[in-house]
Amino acid sequence: MTFRKYLVLAGVTVFAAAGDSMLSYGMKQTGSISIHHLQGLISAVLNPYVAVGILLLLAFFAAYMNALSWADLTYVLPATSLGYVLLALVAKFALHEQISLLRWLGIVLISGGVGFVAGGPALTHDESQSAISSDGRPGPLLAKSARSGAPQSCEGAEL
Amino acid sequence: MRHVYTWVGILVVVFFSVVGDVLMARAMKQVGDVHELWRRSGLWLVVGRVLSNSNFFMGVTAMAVAFFSLLFALSWGDVSLVAPAAASLTFIGNAFAAKIFLHEKVDRRRWIAAVLVAGGVALLAG
Repeated sequence: MTFRKYLVLAGVTVFAAAGDSMLSYGMKQTGSISIHHLQGLISAVLNPYVAVGILLLLAFFAAYMNALSWADLTYVLPATSLGYVLLALVAKFALHEQISLLRWLGIVLISGGVGFVAGGPALTHDESQSAISSDGRPGPLLAKSARSGAPQSCEGAEL
Repeated sequence: MRHVYTWVGILVVVFFSVVGDVLMARAMKQVGDVHELWRRSGLWLVVGRVLSNSNFFMGVTAMAVAFFSLLFALSWGDVSLVAPAAASLTFIGNAFAAKIFLHEKVDRRRWIAAVLVAGGVALLAG
């Protein structure tokens, strides 16, 4: 894992949380949209919070695809789930909402899960063999070391 | 009867979310490491490779179906049940699907992570 890759994972986390909260804030301003009044959709998109939210979610999607190009799905999903924790903390400290004991427990569980997955390798599956070796990278070697469970399998291949 | 609809809705959302994530993960593995490609051949090659990948489009379609079925499920059931149940079951479903279809090595560490995160999301959003 390079610093740049950690930045991408942080981007996935932050853009998703920020995009969702912007969208939800903006949609509460514009009111609900029904099938029969689709012009409400246009005024919703013109709301600055909704527009920024959509841009942030596009950035999230780009970062998510970027992360999936070099890491496993079962690594990216838990590693970026800190966004839920981020949202709860924003609700607590910026919006001064109450966080119940159960929610604190949820925050602890998610953080624990992130800690668990972050300690392991980012890429393990055999498909890297075909995808990466076509670009001249040591695919078979990477796949073999991953199968034997060597935790440094990815770091070794990084530049 | 109403909560049967709600759970069917939740399962449909989970199914399409998992299909979307798995197809997207497969598409990006076929594209290759974006950092590498970008540095060597430029951004346009990356964009071209993504846009010429059929798994990418099927993945986006599945994600869109998941999004709209979430809207339907939300109209049948309470947000406080539907949103956390769908999100946390998607984590578990993705762990199974990644192991079966993407041949990822889902070891004990990753199972524990998936279960902890799924439980945490359910508590946080519930």
